[in-house]
Amino acid sequence: MYVAVKGGEKAIDNAHALLAEERRGDVGVPELTLDQIKQQMGLAVDRVMGEGSLYDPDLAALAIKQAQGDLVEAVFLLRAFRTTLPRLAVTTPVDTAAMTVRRRISATFKDLPGGQVLGPTYDYTHRLLDFALAAGAPAPPAPEGDPAVMADAMPRVTDILAYQDLIEPEAGDTDGEGKVADLTREPLAFPAGRDLRLQNLARADEGFLLALGYSTQRGYGRSHPFAGEIRMGEVAVEIVPEELGFAIEIGDITVTECQMINQFAGSATEPPQFTRGYGLMFGRSERKAMSMALVDRSLRARELGEEIEAPAQDEEFVLYHSDNVEAQGFVQHLKLPHYVDFQSELVLVRALRREAAARRSEAAE
Amino acid sequence: MTTSTGSMTGGLAAGFHDPVHDAQGVFRDVLRAMSRPGEVRETAVQIDPPAPLNIAGAAVCLALLDFETPLWIDGGGRDADGAASFLTFHTGAPRATGPAQADFVLVADGRILPAFDTFRQGTDEAPEGSATLIVQVADLAAASPDAAGAWRLDGPGIDGTVGLHVSGLPDGIADDLARNADRFPRGIDLILCAGRRIAALPRTTRVEG
Amino acid sequence: MARSSNSQAPGGTTGSDGRAEWMGLLARASEAELEAAWRALVPDQPAMAYDVLRAPQQGLTMVRGRAGGDGQAFNLGEMTVTRCSVGLADGTVGHGYVAGRSARHAELAALFDALLQTDTWADRVMACVIAPLRASRAMARARTAAKTAATKVEFFTLVREQSADSE
Repeated sequence: MYVAVKGGEKAIDNAHALLAEERRGDVGVPELTLDQIKQQMGLAVDRVMGEGSLYDPDLAALAIKQAQGDLVEAVFLLRAFRTTLPRLAVTTPVDTAAMTVRRRISATFKDLPGGQVLGPTYDYTHRLLDFALAAGAPAPPAPEGDPAVMADAMPRVTDILAYQDLIEPEAGDTDGEGKVADLTREPLAFPAGRDLRLQNLARADEGFLLALGYSTQRGYGRSHPFAGEIRMGEVAVEIVPEELGFAIEIGDITVTECQMINQFAGSATEPPQFTRGYGLMFGRSERKAMSMALVDRSLRARELGEEIEAPAQDEEFVLYHSDNVEAQGFVQHLKLPHYVDFQSELVLVRALRREAAARRSEAAE
Repeated sequence: MTTSTGSMTGGLAAGFHDPVHDAQGVFRDVLRAMSRPGEVRETAVQIDPPAPLNIAGAAVCLALLDFETPLWIDGGGRDADGAASFLTFHTGAPRATGPAQADFVLVADGRILPAFDTFRQGTDEAPEGSATLIVQVADLAAASPDAAGAWRLDGPGIDGTVGLHVSGLPDGIADDLARNADRFPRGIDLILCAGRRIAALPRTTRVEG
Repeated sequence: MARSSNSQAPGGTTGSDGRAEWMGLLARASEAELEAAWRALVPDQPAMAYDVLRAPQQGLTMVRGRAGGDGQAFNLGEMTVTRCSVGLADGTVGHGYVAGRSARHAELAALFDALLQTDTWADRVMACVIAPLRASRAMARARTAAKTAATKVEFFTLVREQSADSE
């Protein structure tokens, strides 16, 4: 029997109104402004921009406010909004060597050129709740050093190793300039090139990447990683408009970059050397940039002739399950009415039970 | 300080006055023309495009093209560089390297329409990969199916048969259009433009000359 | 290729480098800064007419990176950008491409870009708009550099006492 179900519109409208009221909370408490979110919830804004794959702090702050701080929901809102905008340009690749660095550390060389610059980091905090912050204590101004110190050249650690031929060189563009895979235009196809994998990982769910990265360190696809270098700061975004014919900068974006250095025993054709994993993220997101670099390296197993035995090395597994908008959609679709599907299962289970009962009584006779 | 929408400044003609709503209006016209083949629409947008573009041809291009749709322009023997820079400036559409690489083809003069197999036909798996031709013609008018010189059209979107009168296409084009319809689901779609008027001949429409 | 933000010293740029530099500064300025500059510049001038050749349009640009920083290009993610083009009465065309979604910001950037290409306006706009933007950007960068520099690690190497044979 099939019963058409319609209705619930009034209930849905009222549920939305209730949601809006709950979002606002106690009206006796001042309402959050987007500037407050942008300024004081900056890392949430960065995460939403990264996984939403859209750099726009104002929109990300609005999405966070609208989603009551549910960051996956905010990512979904941002992804939906971006579909309303036409693409006007593609940038020249950002030059992270020319970054205005605000943090730069290396776990492989203590005294590297340009030095270790901690920047704003949670690393050395004691993870003790700060009740002064709860009381609204003002932050003292950060001390200033000699700005000339930051003018020193900061070569990439990988460039230093490359100079000594101890690390594999980066492959250039395999398809020539302009042919860069874009999963916002074409569905995933396997085997996936590194360009497609890096795009997928850059917008992947942080929790998923973190867990996969962790799994590689615990023996599921060991790759012996070292954090060669992590840097965070602002890079210029440059486009070449057709009518101008020369490059112009449209602004700066904050990015975090991680160069992972991994052991490689060598193969029949390659000498023993270090190999690379790369992470690059919108905003300040060191944990994710590191995870991305670990997983990027794992996914290079096929190309490096390594045995594929762990989840983090399986590109179909990783790339198909990394996107939290897709994942939440498929998981949550189970909430939608499955009345008819379930009815048929119910009929089936009852029939099977009748048969089983009949067999039992036959056997007993 | 005053602002206005001038016709020409520095060799760059203005595009849509109100890009969002004008583009939506023209898109609506094209959608209607495509879903009711043979029906002639008249676009209301105010533009003054450079030669050899007519108003409807330019409006359809401005509404449909973007940064990711390669365009091939067949100038029909006339210099189309001005039209090309106008369209690239406003839509960002790159010039296709050849007719077979184009998503959209603008034919400035329908009388010298190239053979259809010059353009992408799509595949049975991906018929949407075919080219859309925007063809400028001398005149377009709805007609009775039995009128002298009019085409008889039938197919999806047409109740029975309708007539369409087109002037400014090569002789014998009706046979090419019939062959195009036979290739379904492959084949090209045509948008005919005369002055402000727009009509469409999607690949699903059967044409009898 | 212009890399005005990273490698050029402030001031003293010419040719398309000069234009690329001012377009970069106009893009990074805030809408409010440009609006104030426009109002300060224009009142004592005859009414200025300009045509909007390409009305402000919001859109996206795909931001690319390179594997390892210098390897294969890949798509990192998109960012919002707004563009506008205007034409002055004398035929000069100005373009504005600015990150974000402000139509007015893009229009003002295009307008200043056009004025900077004219003999009549170039010096004034350079002095009243571009020079202050350049100075405030340099100052902001120096402040960031100073605070960042204070977090640079100075390693103290413990030098052991020299051994007996050197005494």
